[in-house]
Amino acid sequence: MTIKEIQEEIIDEFSMFEDWMQRYEYIIDLGKSVPLIDQKYKTEDNIIKGCQSKVWLKADVKDDKIVYTADSDAILTKGIIALLLRVFSNHTPQEILNADTNFIDEIGLKEHLSPTRANGLVAMIKQLKLYAVAYQTKNN
Amino acid sequence: MLDIQKVRTDFPILKREVNGYPLVYLDNAATSQTPQVVIDAIVDYYSNYNANIHRGVHTLSQEATDAYEQARQKIQLHFNAKHAHEIIFTSGTTHGINLVANGFSSLLKKGDEIIVSALEHHSNIVPWQMLCERTGAVLKVIPMNDNGELIMDVYKDLLSNKTKLVFVNHISNALGTINPIQKIIDLAHNKGAAVLIDGAQASPHIKVNLQQLNADFYVASAHKMCGPTGVGILYGKEAWLNKLPPYQGGGEMIAEVTFEKTTYADLPHKFEAGTPNICGGIAFGVAIDYMNNIGFNNIANYENELLKYATEKLLEIEGLKIYGPDVLGAKTSVISFNIEGIHPYDIGSIIDKLGIAVRTGHHCAQPIMDYFKIPGTVRASIAFYNTKEEIDKLVVAVKRAKEMLS
Repeated sequence: MTIKEIQEEIIDEFSMFEDWMQRYEYIIDLGKSVPLIDQKYKTEDNIIKGCQSKVWLKADVKDDKIVYTADSDAILTKGIIALLLRVFSNHTPQEILNADTNFIDEIGLKEHLSPTRANGLVAMIKQLKLYAVAYQTKNN
Repeated sequence: MLDIQKVRTDFPILKREVNGYPLVYLDNAATSQTPQVVIDAIVDYYSNYNANIHRGVHTLSQEATDAYEQARQKIQLHFNAKHAHEIIFTSGTTHGINLVANGFSSLLKKGDEIIVSALEHHSNIVPWQMLCERTGAVLKVIPMNDNGELIMDVYKDLLSNKTKLVFVNHISNALGTINPIQKIIDLAHNKGAAVLIDGAQASPHIKVNLQQLNADFYVASAHKMCGPTGVGILYGKEAWLNKLPPYQGGGEMIAEVTFEKTTYADLPHKFEAGTPNICGGIAFGVAIDYMNNIGFNNIANYENELLKYATEKLLEIEGLKIYGPDVLGAKTSVISFNIEGIHPYDIGSIIDKLGIAVRTGHHCAQPIMDYFKIPGTVRASIAFYNTKEEIDKLVVAVKRAKEMLS
């Protein structure tokens, strides 16, 4: 699936929820269920410090595609990371650079991507794109 | 006695809804809300006598100058400073601290010592680190105990003839601890050191008596005292303010300028370069009048009652821990808490959805969070316009967040 298709799939899934409580409960479940990054990669090198919550992000290349793993100490942040990884991970650098994060607005979670939240997510998306730029430059 | 229903009608913002719920504003330690009289004063200034001050011969300029200087006098009387010119208008507490830190650059030498407390806001640590880098002075820290109280015995040991400046907040923004500043000041003076007190958190709750305290410097912000943002004060004893060099160069702060030499203006103008926040200063005066009309005793009694109520109700939630002094009277209306196993960001995000405004995170006081080995706390901070019903709503919301997150 392309990034766009995955985003549309997520928007479709979220359209079933009636209110913010249901959306948050789903995000919390996502945040609880998946171990997103191996403990040994939760290092100072991989950390993105937000004022509110911490985020760890790691990027690897597999068959010309970037595989991201990430984590956070806050559950809501981690749940949104799970969505971001589902969208961005396992795609080529070019696809990743072309993609936007508007789907987060459409599923009613835009406040979590506001810079005033300082939860590390905005910085994480920037870092995720920087990795894509780096791998693309390396391959050219 | 405080007529809470009447007080609430003074604040237009308290009528609004957030996310479909009536706003419950419990982030007063970050900024207080603004009563209509202060909003009216701001509108009145720009509608009727907006002009630059201290230099115009025209009527508007005279009116604006009079209002601004009257505000300074109101502030002087409120804080019981000896002279109005000991009150310097600043852009806020941080500006006042930087002004003093900068002034001390020329007074310190290598090996001199500055003492700060472990309970400080970042804005209170960084200027001193910068000052130490510039001068070769050494920064010493008064540690705190598990209750978030300063360990005075260590402070006594840290003090020596090398100590030139002691800097402590009157009340901690992160925990609400009321520090024993009278003792801190007296002990520092015994060693000949100057003392700067950060009163940002104390001035909204306590009527500060500067002559009695005998602090050398004291800083505060209007926006935590029902005034506008972007204005505050630095109080300095006349002798100290005369000793410190000016902070910024510009208009207003000069007496005479030639290319060879400039003579500086007298206090307070020496430290007020450029056009100040005229409207903000005037509105600050109105805010102080407003708070005095309600009465600081009434404010303190009512807030303590709410603090006691909120503390008891919140502690009924299993796994909830409150940081800071547990004795009422040892702290002001700040409740900094966590629920075991739950990140403060998650609680804050969920209760915001229920219309409740609290602060989460490290409250710019990372060393305190490191001490407790926590990423941050949820901080509910109470003002005199809050109610028991609002505390109940907070408790219900926190319980709901806990259920969702557990």
